[in-house]
Amino acid sequence: MGLTVQSVGIKAAEADIKEKIPKGAKVIALAGNPNVGKSTLFNKLTGLKQHTGNWPGKTVTNAVGEYKNKENHFAFVDIPGTYSLIAHSAEEEVARDFLVFGEPDLAVVVCDATCLERNLNLVLQVSEICPKVVVCVNLLDEAAKKGIFVDLELLSKNLGLPVVGTSAQKGAGLDNLIEVISKTESGDFLASKRVKVDYPEVMEKAISELEAKLNSISSFFNNRWIAIRLLENDIAFITKLESHFGFCLKENPELLKTLEKVKKELLEAKIDESAFKKYLVSGLVLTAEAICDEKTVKFKNSDYKRRDLKIDKFVTGRVTGPICMLMLLAVIFWITISAANYPSALLWEFFSFLEAKLFEFSVSLGIPTVLADMLFHGVLRVLLWVVSVMLPPMAIFFPMFTLLEDFGYLPRIAFNLDRGFKGCSACGKQALTMCMGFGCNAAGITGCRIIDSRRERLIAIITNSFVPCNGRFPTLIAIITMFFISSGASGFVSALILTAVILLGIGTTFLVSKILALTLLKGAPSSFTLELPPYRKPQIGSVIVRSIFDRTVFVLLRAMSVAAPAGLVIWLLANLKINDLSLLSYISEFLDPFGRAIGMDGVILLGFILGFPANEIVIPIIIMAYVGGGTLTEYSSLFELKNLLISNGWTVTTAICVIVFSLMHWPCSTTVLTAKKETGSLYWSFITFITPTICGILLCFIINNLSKLF
Amino acid sequence: MQAALCDLKVGQGGTVVSVNANADILRRLLDIGIVSGTRVHCVLKSPLGDPSAFLIRGAVVALRNEDSVNITVDADFPLAVVKENGSYGAVGRHKSRRS
Repeated sequence: MGLTVQSVGIKAAEADIKEKIPKGAKVIALAGNPNVGKSTLFNKLTGLKQHTGNWPGKTVTNAVGEYKNKENHFAFVDIPGTYSLIAHSAEEEVARDFLVFGEPDLAVVVCDATCLERNLNLVLQVSEICPKVVVCVNLLDEAAKKGIFVDLELLSKNLGLPVVGTSAQKGAGLDNLIEVISKTESGDFLASKRVKVDYPEVMEKAISELEAKLNSISSFFNNRWIAIRLLENDIAFITKLESHFGFCLKENPELLKTLEKVKKELLEAKIDESAFKKYLVSGLVLTAEAICDEKTVKFKNSDYKRRDLKIDKFVTGRVTGPICMLMLLAVIFWITISAANYPSALLWEFFSFLEAKLFEFSVSLGIPTVLADMLFHGVLRVLLWVVSVMLPPMAIFFPMFTLLEDFGYLPRIAFNLDRGFKGCSACGKQALTMCMGFGCNAAGITGCRIIDSRRERLIAIITNSFVPCNGRFPTLIAIITMFFISSGASGFVSALILTAVILLGIGTTFLVSKILALTLLKGAPSSFTLELPPYRKPQIGSVIVRSIFDRTVFVLLRAMSVAAPAGLVIWLLANLKINDLSLLSYISEFLDPFGRAIGMDGVILLGFILGFPANEIVIPIIIMAYVGGGTLTEYSSLFELKNLLISNGWTVTTAICVIVFSLMHWPCSTTVLTAKKETGSLYWSFITFITPTICGILLCFIINNLSKLF
Repeated sequence: MQAALCDLKVGQGGTVVSVNANADILRRLLDIGIVSGTRVHCVLKSPLGDPSAFLIRGAVVALRNEDSVNITVDADFPLAVVKENGSYGAVGRHKSRRS
């Protein structure tokens, strides 16, 4: 649920990352495998609050942060986690492009001490590209707990690179890291002793020959590395390279001649392109294996995965796995609903009091009644509703969800659900983007970058809004509480109904994914690898602070900034009259037949339409419209609200249709814009817009007509 | 005893003999460190039996059966392990997939 300013797109444009780098600062890239704590390290170093979470692919865009002390001035760039620099997915491409074309002054490769060997694969690749590299072995504390000990000095000797050990979460080793970065940057640690990856002799010869040819043409940033890419025939990368250096390889006959010659020689040695690739990577893997000998990494306790395994057996068990998922969902909703109820009512009461007093006060000051009415009964009322209804559930839901996320449970959900997604020719990682959608669909859509295949990514983007974001939760909760819970019932029943609504959304996600895969986005499911990270103890204090101050306040501010003008618009519509009828009644009467056909009315439909900038304001708009109609003037609790709705013709069918339509209608404007940005296509943003709309209209139409039968 | 990686039962280990896949999948598998000679352990099966999770070079990685079927392993003698985890294992469930 990476719901921060960065991920929603305000600062997300990575294209102009260079503009964000402060003048005079040395650029330090933070690279590493997914989920090794890069972002945690980044936050500790720069004091920023880049969102972190215990699952691979949390960071999908570059972020820049500044570090300054007496001697040093660094700009750290947190790049997305990647296993290798041969990009498969969009976020890996972001990582590689920054290392290659961003020309960082130094690259820090962050490694996970608990599985160092695999991490070295990337270290070796980065050290092939970048002249200055520092290896940071992170999560040392976690490794020690599991009985894994890394001999950092020996590792440094084996690699021929400076190595620093850290436990970023506790802040241990960070000063040392800065010092080593500073020394390496100023040239104290030279690359001469650096370990070299072993390739078969024929390949080595071919690479050197091509490298020599490249050298005779020009000195690009690293000719050996480019030679390897040419031999591997990584077309996408070569194209990028050409456009970056303004140099067309195809126009250089000499280079092409050499390339063809060495390729022929390789073929004679039975190394075709695919074998070449295989040797490239197995060279890396075997070199890493040799570096991580039993002297460098010691396992004191060979059974170190036992605790994680026990939890995993339970949460992915054939019977216990699904039960566990449902229970967690229901319990989280239950806690959210029952704990949010009381503060919500209290806030609302307080705000109503405030509103009345402010109104009286301003009238006594001589402000015209119309103006005061507009300000306090229009703008302020919608604003206060949004705050009192949204703030408590968000302040409870976000921290709980973040705890689960930090603990490492989300990838297990993806693991459990992957079979279902495969059945729909989609990717199991869609479960992760779905989870992010609970926070904000725009963030969920940005998160879809973790899915490699474009086809599967589009499916995930289009279906993301079937998971209600936190802007729609309060609407759902309010209607469920009003219409389906008798006054004395506990919040648990609401939670169960809400869970059922979410399951309807998830079911629709599967169904629509399948339909898309059969129609617009035909194709076979692609390969799928997903790392299940070790469980980590969440930092409860920081989770609460972070989720309240980062997410809750951010989301609330966004909602409020939309709520205020929307309140004004709706007040104007309700109070500007033509022929004794308000504009509002004209519009809602116009929409009415259509609204009735899908079990609602014109006012509700208008609410959803005006809620396009932010779904949070749908209910307040509906209420304002009804109140503006003049039937009721004051209401202070949900049950009075229910009476207001019933007196305006709401039935149980209306409530069900509003719930369904809230779950499935056009995504909010931010979400659509994000889809446009992520897909780069008007066509696919339109599909993202129209698909849930069609589903909602269809389903509501069916429900409405079925209800007439009984 | 040679077997496809997806046929390992929970708790059973093996050594990779060969990896046979198209370039895309191959690259992914090589990224997570699967080459000939790599030790792998099947640690989990998801509720519906696919994907399975394997312990590979210290990390737990989930793979779908149609990807792991292309990886041939020399399976460890499984008896003791099967007994312990027998109720969990998916014995021969994916055989039909390979034909």
